[in-house]
Amino acid sequence: MTKDQIRQSIIKEIIQVAPDIEEGEIISDENIQRSLEIDSFDFLKILTALYTQLGVEVPETDYAKVDTLEHMAAYFLQRIEDLN
Amino acid sequence: MSEFKMPSLGADMESAVLMEWLVKEGDPIQKGQIIAEVETSKGVIEIEVFEDGVVEKLLVEPETECTVGTPLALIRSEGSAKKEPSAKTVSTPEVKVSAPKTEAKPVQIQKKEPAPEVRIKASPAARRKAQELGVDLNTLAPEVGTIQLKDLDTLTQDLDKGPSIDGMRQAIAKAMSRSNAEIPHYYLSVSINMTPALAWLGELNSKRSIKERILPAALLIRAVVLALAEVPELNGFWQNDNHLISKAINPGIAIALRKGGLITPALLDAQEMNLDTTMQSLDDLITRTRANKLRGSEITQQSVTITNLGDLGVERVYGVIYPPQVAIVGLGRIIDAPWAEGDALTVRKVMQATLSGDHRATDGRIGALFLDKLNQLLQRPQELL
Repeated sequence: MTKDQIRQSIIKEIIQVAPDIEEGEIISDENIQRSLEIDSFDFLKILTALYTQLGVEVPETDYAKVDTLEHMAAYFLQRIEDLN
Repeated sequence: MSEFKMPSLGADMESAVLMEWLVKEGDPIQKGQIIAEVETSKGVIEIEVFEDGVVEKLLVEPETECTVGTPLALIRSEGSAKKEPSAKTVSTPEVKVSAPKTEAKPVQIQKKEPAPEVRIKASPAARRKAQELGVDLNTLAPEVGTIQLKDLDTLTQDLDKGPSIDGMRQAIAKAMSRSNAEIPHYYLSVSINMTPALAWLGELNSKRSIKERILPAALLIRAVVLALAEVPELNGFWQNDNHLISKAINPGIAIALRKGGLITPALLDAQEMNLDTTMQSLDDLITRTRANKLRGSEITQQSVTITNLGDLGVERVYGVIYPPQVAIVGLGRIIDAPWAEGDALTVRKVMQATLSGDHRATDGRIGALFLDKLNQLLQRPQELL
């Protein structure tokens, strides 16, 4: 899986959880929660959906590493590679 | 035989449109069953019956605007005749596990350049009426959110003037004006050391799968509910110069809608939940609020309000009480702050908890007692399970 595919999965899950957000509003290096008004419940939903899809659970201690779209994609890529 | 009347779904509501019957004449019904959908300024709300019986007759056709108290149906009671519902006898809908995410609305409105085929959000009644009037909903300002039947008149009159009344804004305006005019508020605040609670929660979550994680918001609400159980004076109403204490703890949870507006649906009978069920029920409540799937009891039975603006970075929130309630609890953002312990100065996770109380119903002493209980509970988080 490439980073770009992961990025697309993340965008898809964000829009699934918050249907009023448009793809163009999701900026790569902006804080996902703050810039999109994603609350802690929605954020957990996004991570749960990504776990179902990618098989990677983000522990709470790693939340700082998944704050932006760019960081989140890089984090999942790394974790997926670690699995293999 | 009893009449099922249009319920008051909020102090500010004068009428609502009966949208759809979910039962037909002759159907047996059970207390707590959702039998109709009505459209109010708060969106489409599912309304429940308060007794067991059989639907004898439906008195009102769908898409009829009815004032509060209008008989909508005749219900033949089974067994002993029951009296009108009181706050206590209102049924507790069973908590349903959160809806599958595929339920999220597939329809999206393009805000920037609406293509002609974009479907404008409108209630079914408004859609039908627009068709009758020969009005193209696409030409109406979609910025106002979902177009409802009663918006249609205003919208079609003011086609040139752009967006018109936002029902929810008006409802909030009415309630808050009344609150500020009638309720003598008092305000208290306390700094709570959240380090023990967050450390405990982190430990708990690290042993769980992501699907069973508990968010700090759920832990805080659980703590507020337990503190209210010990200081019940803040959980109730001021009505006709009387202070009524509610047995059920139904905290209204302030939930902001991304498109603007605010709803505070009740987490019904929170006193009977544990930490896990509080988390599940909250998640379910938030999901249904955003999907416009609230039940009548959830927007009418709030006995206190909890507002948690922490997600937005606000450190302290002094809320305006929603009448006829007598208190609102405000939870701010948890920040790293200097904290004195004994002789040492350390850094701790600190949250400001505030209480706005109705001074007609309680005095500052009761409010202070509540905040103290809340603080104590959060220092012993293991007891919040």
